[in-house]
Amino acid sequence: MSENPLKARLRRAERMRQLKAFGLIAPLLGFLLIAFVAPIASMMLRSVHDTELREVWPTVTQRMDDWTDRKAVPDEATFAALAADIKSSFADKTLATAARRLNYDMRNGRSLLFATARALPPTADNWTQAVISANDRWADPETWGAVKRASGPFTSYFLLAALDRNRTAGGKIIAQPPEEALFVDVLKRTFVVGLGVTLLCLVLGYPVAYLLATLPPDRGNLLMILVLLPFWTSLLVRTAAWVVVLQEHGLINNALIWLGIIDQPVRLIYNQIGVYVAMTHILLPFMILPLYSVMKAIPPSYVRAARSLGAPPVTAFVKVYMPQTLPGIGAGGLLVFIMAIGYYITPALVGGAGDQLISYFIAYYTSSSVNWGLASALGAVLLTATLVLYWIYNKLVGVDGVKLG
Amino acid sequence: MSEISPQADDVLVRFSGVRKTYDGEVLVVKDLNLEIRRGEFLTLLGPSGSGKTTSLMMLAGFEVPTEGEITLDGRSIRAVPAHERGIGMVFQNYALFPHMTIEENVAFPLMVRGLSRDARSIKAKEALAMVKLDGLARRRPAQLSGGQQQRVALARALVFEPQLVLMDEPLGALDKQLREHMQMEIKQIHKSLGVTVVYVTHDQTEALTMSDRIAVFNDGVIQQLDTPNGLYENPQNRFVANFIGENNTLDGVVEEILPNGFCRVHLTDGHFVTARAVNVAGVGARTSLSMRPEKVHVEGLGPSHVNRLMGTVKETVYHGDHTRIRLAVAGTLDFVVKMRFRPNRPCPTVGERVAVAFAAEDCLALDAAPGESQES
Repeated sequence: MSENPLKARLRRAERMRQLKAFGLIAPLLGFLLIAFVAPIASMMLRSVHDTELREVWPTVTQRMDDWTDRKAVPDEATFAALAADIKSSFADKTLATAARRLNYDMRNGRSLLFATARALPPTADNWTQAVISANDRWADPETWGAVKRASGPFTSYFLLAALDRNRTAGGKIIAQPPEEALFVDVLKRTFVVGLGVTLLCLVLGYPVAYLLATLPPDRGNLLMILVLLPFWTSLLVRTAAWVVVLQEHGLINNALIWLGIIDQPVRLIYNQIGVYVAMTHILLPFMILPLYSVMKAIPPSYVRAARSLGAPPVTAFVKVYMPQTLPGIGAGGLLVFIMAIGYYITPALVGGAGDQLISYFIAYYTSSSVNWGLASALGAVLLTATLVLYWIYNKLVGVDGVKLG
Repeated sequence: MSEISPQADDVLVRFSGVRKTYDGEVLVVKDLNLEIRRGEFLTLLGPSGSGKTTSLMMLAGFEVPTEGEITLDGRSIRAVPAHERGIGMVFQNYALFPHMTIEENVAFPLMVRGLSRDARSIKAKEALAMVKLDGLARRRPAQLSGGQQQRVALARALVFEPQLVLMDEPLGALDKQLREHMQMEIKQIHKSLGVTVVYVTHDQTEALTMSDRIAVFNDGVIQQLDTPNGLYENPQNRFVANFIGENNTLDGVVEEILPNGFCRVHLTDGHFVTARAVNVAGVGARTSLSMRPEKVHVEGLGPSHVNRLMGTVKETVYHGDHTRIRLAVAGTLDFVVKMRFRPNRPCPTVGERVAVAFAAEDCLALDAAPGESQES
């Protein structure tokens, strides 16, 4: 109470200001929470949360917590619980759900379950023998390992699978056999394509941005419209246009054949060339605009000063002009790279089977194979990799140095 | 006048017949002929758009003359690119490279000349000491005040010992006090180094305080090239008289040419005035009379004051050491007299009719204002 009334009044005034500021952003904040943060968080949760098997096989999944000696099969009570769960889920027609979940992690899980269900006797004195005689794969601890890993409620299975890793029954993490490994290569490819597209955009965009920034306004505006033109047409239309241009009997191949440069059409689409060409074209404005805004703010007197101090044009450009455009290079590079590694439509339409980026697989597991756990895990891996790269970038350049407008 | 008295024939830079147009229609610089002497402080003074900055840029190598020749040390520099001219330059916005430290900035001209790192550092430190900024070598330009940045720019333009330094309104962004201080400092450096300086400004006070000679630009033409004293005391035309210092103007027609370079002028309101015939075409020609406010006296008719006009006081403003009196005299409402303060002389009051008097010597008959008096 001994507080200085002036201070209290200042605080009250400040609080009013903060409340007003919060009021202004509250609608957007609410929208983002409901439409963006919550769905992403729930998808991220799916990459580690796994209750499919638990719901259809309540007893045996419960008993798996007591199975400690992973080198041997579990005890008689667990076998009894398995038999009971298989029978009840077979009767309820939910065995297919269990089969689908186990299939993620083992070969022929579906046939194993349905064969066992059909072969199980109504009653038995020794369920261990009864189950193993129904199907001898139940004598293998690895089979039980798969059940254990699918028991949930939390699992590292999807995240490991997204990195081509797997757990043995003993809980050791091992690499998938090469013929089954897929995602590490896809992830690598995604980053290589992202980096390549970013570099191409920089090489093509830097001179254009320089010209834009140095042209007088009337001619600069015309060039700016040409740069922005792609923004005004749909992404799908532009990608489809590239298909027309690049295809086997498309504009480019026909022109090259007509000019006599080639005899046979060159394959320009449904391979890496198509992916690079189309993605670079679509992402180019995102490189040019930040570069332009940074370059526009550099007065011509810097280069003039460098020239008057004795620097030849190239030296003046490299030592004085270019370092000042680094914030623009950083902003454009980051923007293009992050957009490139999340690209879906364009590589899906102009890339071959072996050129698909990670978002293609995320879409595949989300909508085609309905393995949301794996889709979420792939998303989580992509997000983490992006954040790590962003962190490294921040260490190297500093986000304060990034200028977007 | 400067202590360094350059030989009139020791010309460092010569503009001969230089013309410049950007659009092929309007000449920004019309037939520029100018000799810049070695070691002098020459100011190009003029309003914006008068061609002074364009002339400087042509000398620096950032603009190409449309016609004519510029020589530096006797050699034409038409084909010499800016970086090979060896001319130091200071810009209005300082143009310090923001990504380099102060020392790197100052060492930049040495770096591009291939000096070793140690030599660079020593010379840069010397140059910084010259502008009294020794302690700030490691800072970035953004951490310095405007005045400090301007000193760095100065050190950077001088560190490679150019024979010619160009300054493009270098003090334009500073406040008045700092500007006056920097004027003294630049002048001091100019004297001690003996370097030739070409200085561009639109501020006539700055030009008067700093320069050995001033070239007054208007409309792409040098109106007059003279010492500060010469420009103030003997302006050759109406533009220079009005642009340099304060000035009173009265319009009239030349009645009679007198011997010894004087003439009698018939003012538009009927009075007659004797004036120095500086720039008049002859009897019957229109002319514009120019009188400095401090050379006109109120009611102080002395023996030399042959000219006497009656006027009405419109306004008096007290300035301490003098009082500014605005009067309606001979048809103009803006006739200003500076009356020096004297203890026993009262200041005339507003509305009072008084006589203003001035010597024929202090009244210059110059070229007439175009158009204006013809219409009236």
